[in-house]
Amino acid sequence: MNNEFSRREFIRTGSFSLAGMAILPSFLSMGCNRITEQSGLEEYYAHFNVSKEMIQKVIAEGLSRGGDYCDLYFEHSLSNYVGLQDKQVNRAGSNIDYGVGVRVLKGDQTGYAFSEEISLEAMKKVAKTAASIANESKDYPPINLQERVHPEFCKVKTSWEDVSIKQKIPFLQKLNDKVFNLDDKVAKVQVYLDDSSSYILFANSEGVISFDYRPMVSFIAVCVMEKGDRREDFFASRSMRIGYEYLNEELMDEIANEVVEGANKQFEAVKPKAGQMEVVLAAGGAGILLHEAMGHAFEADFNRKETSIFSDKMGQKVGEDFVTIIDDGTNPNYRGTLNIDDEGILTQKTKMVENGVLTGYLHDRISAKHYNVAPTGNGRRESFRYAPIPRMRNTYMEAGPHTKEDIIASVKDGIYVDTFTNGEVQIGAGDFTFYVKSGYLIENGKLTQPIKDVNLIGNGPEALRQISMVGNDLKIDCGTGTCGKGGQGVPVAMGLPTVKVAQLTVGGINA
Amino acid sequence: MKDNKKVELAQWASKYATENGAKEVSVSVYDSKESEVEVRKQKIEKIQESIQSGLSIKLYVNGKYSTHSTNRLDRNDLEKFIKEAILGTDYLAEDQYRSLPDRHLCYEGTEKDLNLYDSNYDSIDPRQKIDLAMQVEAETTGMDERIISVSGSYNDGSYRSYLVLSNGVEGFKESTSYSVSASASINGGDSRPSDYHYNAARFWDQLSGEGVGKYAVERALRKIGAKTIQSGKMEMLIENRSVGRVLSSLLQPMYGYNLQQKRSFLEGKIGQKIASDLLSITDNPFVESGRNSRLYDDDGLASRKMTVIENGILQTYYIDDYYGKKLDMEPTTGSSSNLIFELGNKDLTALTKDMNEGILVTGFNGGNSNPATGDFSVGVEGFYVKKGEILHPVSGMNITGNHKEIWNHLIAVGNDPLTDRAWQTPSMMFEGVDFSGL
Repeated sequence: MNNEFSRREFIRTGSFSLAGMAILPSFLSMGCNRITEQSGLEEYYAHFNVSKEMIQKVIAEGLSRGGDYCDLYFEHSLSNYVGLQDKQVNRAGSNIDYGVGVRVLKGDQTGYAFSEEISLEAMKKVAKTAASIANESKDYPPINLQERVHPEFCKVKTSWEDVSIKQKIPFLQKLNDKVFNLDDKVAKVQVYLDDSSSYILFANSEGVISFDYRPMVSFIAVCVMEKGDRREDFFASRSMRIGYEYLNEELMDEIANEVVEGANKQFEAVKPKAGQMEVVLAAGGAGILLHEAMGHAFEADFNRKETSIFSDKMGQKVGEDFVTIIDDGTNPNYRGTLNIDDEGILTQKTKMVENGVLTGYLHDRISAKHYNVAPTGNGRRESFRYAPIPRMRNTYMEAGPHTKEDIIASVKDGIYVDTFTNGEVQIGAGDFTFYVKSGYLIENGKLTQPIKDVNLIGNGPEALRQISMVGNDLKIDCGTGTCGKGGQGVPVAMGLPTVKVAQLTVGGINA
Repeated sequence: MKDNKKVELAQWASKYATENGAKEVSVSVYDSKESEVEVRKQKIEKIQESIQSGLSIKLYVNGKYSTHSTNRLDRNDLEKFIKEAILGTDYLAEDQYRSLPDRHLCYEGTEKDLNLYDSNYDSIDPRQKIDLAMQVEAETTGMDERIISVSGSYNDGSYRSYLVLSNGVEGFKESTSYSVSASASINGGDSRPSDYHYNAARFWDQLSGEGVGKYAVERALRKIGAKTIQSGKMEMLIENRSVGRVLSSLLQPMYGYNLQQKRSFLEGKIGQKIASDLLSITDNPFVESGRNSRLYDDDGLASRKMTVIENGILQTYYIDDYYGKKLDMEPTTGSSSNLIFELGNKDLTALTKDMNEGILVTGFNGGNSNPATGDFSVGVEGFYVKKGEILHPVSGMNITGNHKEIWNHLIAVGNDPLTDRAWQTPSMMFEGVDFSGL
């Protein structure tokens, strides 16, 4: 459908729309040779039933019309979910996705096609379609493929493919019981445990061949409380690129406490007054500010097309000296972490703003070539069905000179916000929003009454300039953040120290 | 046209699952073709083509339930997939409400043609598709020197699905869609406003790209110089194409899963007034060539036309088969089809003239709504209107309130429904809305 427009990018950190997400006992690899997190290149070839020679032939077909570059992205993803509703673990599901995407580039132009069947004939057919982006006739000698070895940022002890549904069920039941035991007002609890394992084989016409294993788990609780005739809800989630070892008592206690405290607070919460005010963002998930207000606008495709509000600001001072903003693909086991990006580029820690100066965009292969810079490992795609585009990974601000206490004490009349559900940005106008599920009023330097359900709106460059204090308490959030752009969803993480923005417009009530 | 191999595959999967331990089964096999062209500066930016297929299966095993999908349709693979899925399901807790829908509520295979499929889909010359995308961009050439970038896009798709329930219900759906869109960015000094427009059709010969690019550019140009204004309670006129955003938050609490999970402020409100007299909505799945027209839903329940809200009084909920059983209510359907509104007699221009002071909202930005309480808060952009005159564009503002109240403040409905969308929303005007700005 054509209702996704690339200028409007959004993020959802909530867990309320699980329908359609993909249980099975150690779900095996469906007639392919089983690969594991320890497998090598030869095992990946065998798994996808391909050979070096086949790949060479497909790349040659891709370049046969004069393309500059061709890549192949093989993917096999297995996802499972188990769900609890009404005190019973009574639903589960699984999904298998398998295929190969072929991309051909000619300058800034992209030809893309994919096949769900991996055979030489099927791949050559889609390569021919992708090749049509160029229109000359050319013969290419076979490309010499060399393995690109990458670091392992997401080590697992027990892979999800080795965990049966029987082992997962007690964790959901226990988390449910913990939530009910914490408060008599709890009326309903839902718990979901999602896991996935993706196996990627990548090859390109520059002779790079690489493979990757990508684990993921999300553990989510939703709770509804009743007090008299009032109802309030809250959710808490954790998501990491890690194995079964992640599930333990401590994690369940953390989630249970968070969801019960959150729902309780909602009964006391008010809506703040409408208008512009000082806003203090709590350390952690408030990194959504960076994601929406700056991150998307730093994605180089928007800048290449000059449609970003930051398009002409490279090298300029955009914030205070203590503002340094990073997009990092290397943080061990975080949701946005990748060993290699989806274009075979090693990921890295990319500085977007250093000491207040805009120093770098987030690049894919096309934009890096356009700007004549090295790619930054930000070329990502939702699956083999999509061509890669510049995307964020784990986006956070480095710690600054202030303390959380000093920051709150400096605000006479404002709000403190700590939990968020979603956000959106208009790249060109720079207007960004994020939705606050909970927080507090700040009155004369102290947190007072809880607040809930307000949208905050600001302008990216303006908000960046208005960051007037940065705490020394950086925390990268482990929630279930999924970023949407151009119709593609990819997992991301966000982080922030406690930060004060001198002025944002707070949705609220007029006296 | 039906692909008999796919029908046989669905029938085989249902039979195989029941022979291997499932008491009941629902199988859906689907396939699709899509193509996309994006053009910028009269050069193809991107061409994409895809062909895909898959199978999804709902398993009812010893009173337990699970759902699975795969795009690997080789029967040997599927046998293993289905057997393992059945084994895994047996570890779950029993759920007495899980079973196939009652046969008498299901689709019976009437041959009514909703006219959703264009048999010319496969014979359209790719060059024509590129030309359409090119034209969309070309018509904006020289329009205004402040244009930074216009992308013209063409998308099409052909979709088929086969439903087989182990109780004997079978269904086949087939549809095509085409669209042309434009996205424009404008140099507005400090800001680079953008906007979009698109035309969609079920049939190739009904698709027109004319004016799409120009209109996207005009919309973006109108946003130059947007200001944030003082907070206050004012009127709000929402342009037809943006009404869906607030409407979806009113529909959420009507869904069975929210009602059953105590996350709905509309619980117990059937027959009660939830909106002003002006709001009447019909859910009509039988609209000829409608965007969401269908003869049956995902459960296999036969479609029916239903009144959702009549003169502000809530008439029905969206109840799928499972939550119907859990709530002890008769199922309606689990998702909306085409929404048809009772119209007023004025267009957007006339409605704007009627405004005393307020904001004509032409787009929303982020925001959310809480279905349990009705609280919402959303970013808006549009135009400041005083005494019927549009004074200047507005950005950086929020509206905040509660769905229990705002729909009672609906004071006018336009005569301008979006007939090429599933939700055929007209423009709508509200009074006493809380805007926050400066």
